[in-house]
Amino acid sequence: MKTVYLDFAGATPVDPRVRDGMEPFYSEIYGNPSSMHSFGREAAEALESAREKVAGLLSAPKSKNIVFTSGATEATNLAIKGIAGRSSNKKEIIISAIEHISVTNVCRYFQKQGFTIKTVGVDEYGFIDLEELKKAVSKETALVSVMYANNEIGTIQPVREVGAITEDAGVPFHCDATAAVGKIPVNVVGDKIDMLTISSNDMYGPKGVGALYMRDGLRTEPLLHGGGQERGIRSGTQNLPGIAGMGTAAELAEKEMEKRAAHLISLRDPLIKGILDSVPESYLNGHPKKRLPNNAHIRFSYIEGESIILSLDMIGVAAASGSACTSKTLEASKCLTAIGLSHEEAHGSLQMTLGPSNAMEDVKYVLDNLPAIIKRLRAMSPLAPREEN
Amino acid sequence: MAGKGPYSEKVMDHFQNPRNMGEMPDADGTGRVGNPTCGDLMEVYIKVNEGKLEDVKFKTFGCGAAIATSSMVTEMAKGLTLEEALKITKQDVADELGGLPPIKMHCSNLASDALHAAIKDYMEKKGGK
Repeated sequence: MKTVYLDFAGATPVDPRVRDGMEPFYSEIYGNPSSMHSFGREAAEALESAREKVAGLLSAPKSKNIVFTSGATEATNLAIKGIAGRSSNKKEIIISAIEHISVTNVCRYFQKQGFTIKTVGVDEYGFIDLEELKKAVSKETALVSVMYANNEIGTIQPVREVGAITEDAGVPFHCDATAAVGKIPVNVVGDKIDMLTISSNDMYGPKGVGALYMRDGLRTEPLLHGGGQERGIRSGTQNLPGIAGMGTAAELAEKEMEKRAAHLISLRDPLIKGILDSVPESYLNGHPKKRLPNNAHIRFSYIEGESIILSLDMIGVAAASGSACTSKTLEASKCLTAIGLSHEEAHGSLQMTLGPSNAMEDVKYVLDNLPAIIKRLRAMSPLAPREEN
Repeated sequence: MAGKGPYSEKVMDHFQNPRNMGEMPDADGTGRVGNPTCGDLMEVYIKVNEGKLEDVKFKTFGCGAAIATSSMVTEMAKGLTLEEALKITKQDVADELGGLPPIKMHCSNLASDALHAAIKDYMEKKGGK
């Protein structure tokens, strides 16, 4: 059976060039980067080279601004807990209404510790309300966390405007750029970002590696205490094969970003248009232009997302949904309800995220098969108007 | 190719080839349970003849489990007396399908409730005559 992978937001394959670059760090270059001897020095050199590449991708002023972690979730925990956790007088965190669950659940944890969590709303496309944010920041604010681009609907936030507001208010700005990095240019200095979360697997690097960018002069509290690696911010011997992989992935992403984006957009737009044209009562979620190059997010009236995913899986197409039934919590996507969709509308959504291996024939395969799937499910649904034929 | 998904083969079979799907314009009783807000809504329609369920059909908005349990309950109920059909439980439906993921047992396993609601609807209509 033909298979079409359209869940690159879920996980990505490791680029073969990245994998080749990781290979020596398993059995050849295995020293501990903290050791003084030649084996350690060789490992430390590789570690610092990877750090430079990641810093380069983010336009970070110094490579030492990069702290390697076990992934985006750890980086975000480090950022928020590291800042809010050491704040003795400021007891308020501000986030947007469509943050990733790794941000919202850290905030929930702080709420239990007596913090106030202010949630700034978004419009129908998912853009944060900048006026509301401006009004929300106060002397009580310990941290603002707003994502670079949304992981579900792909909306790219006005990050620079957010950075200007937080800079004016003198409040640290954490930005979860997991979905954005490698796909669109991210410039931490220009965007006035104080801390930025990224993950390796979202740019075709290995899983289990991520990083937190921290601007100079920012003081934080570590999550892990131990041997004082990563300038004391993240103890534990570094995962050198993974970090080397992330370094190569970052280098390739920087070099190939434009080419990759052009390829993804050349598939994304016909995919979106093809579905909207061929399926009645289908709608695009997110903004038509200001969206990640690889993201197509569509909702269909009268049907439920998990049954769409199951039906697509039967014909070899891997996709995702914001439906409650596809989540572990059985809640509809908070992002989709935040942009104004009813629970019912949110349930009927389909998320397809493209990658470098996709080609026009994949788009065609989906367009050839999806309308019949939607029609079949609607025929079963008591909510759908009866078809006249 | 891939390993087992969350659903049994039987669930996937009923999802892919639902039995007795469709409306019944001349139904003797209709049961509607669930709520589109929660992501599951089922309608079961019955035709009764001499105290037995002569025909049972359904329409469902929902996930794979919701569709499969609806399909299964129509198969199980057909030919039974009303009393027998009222004894079908959620567990019976799940068992017949070779089990359901625990998370789906309550939210998406409403088919027996819909069947019972259809029978009650029939009895109320009959009692009212």
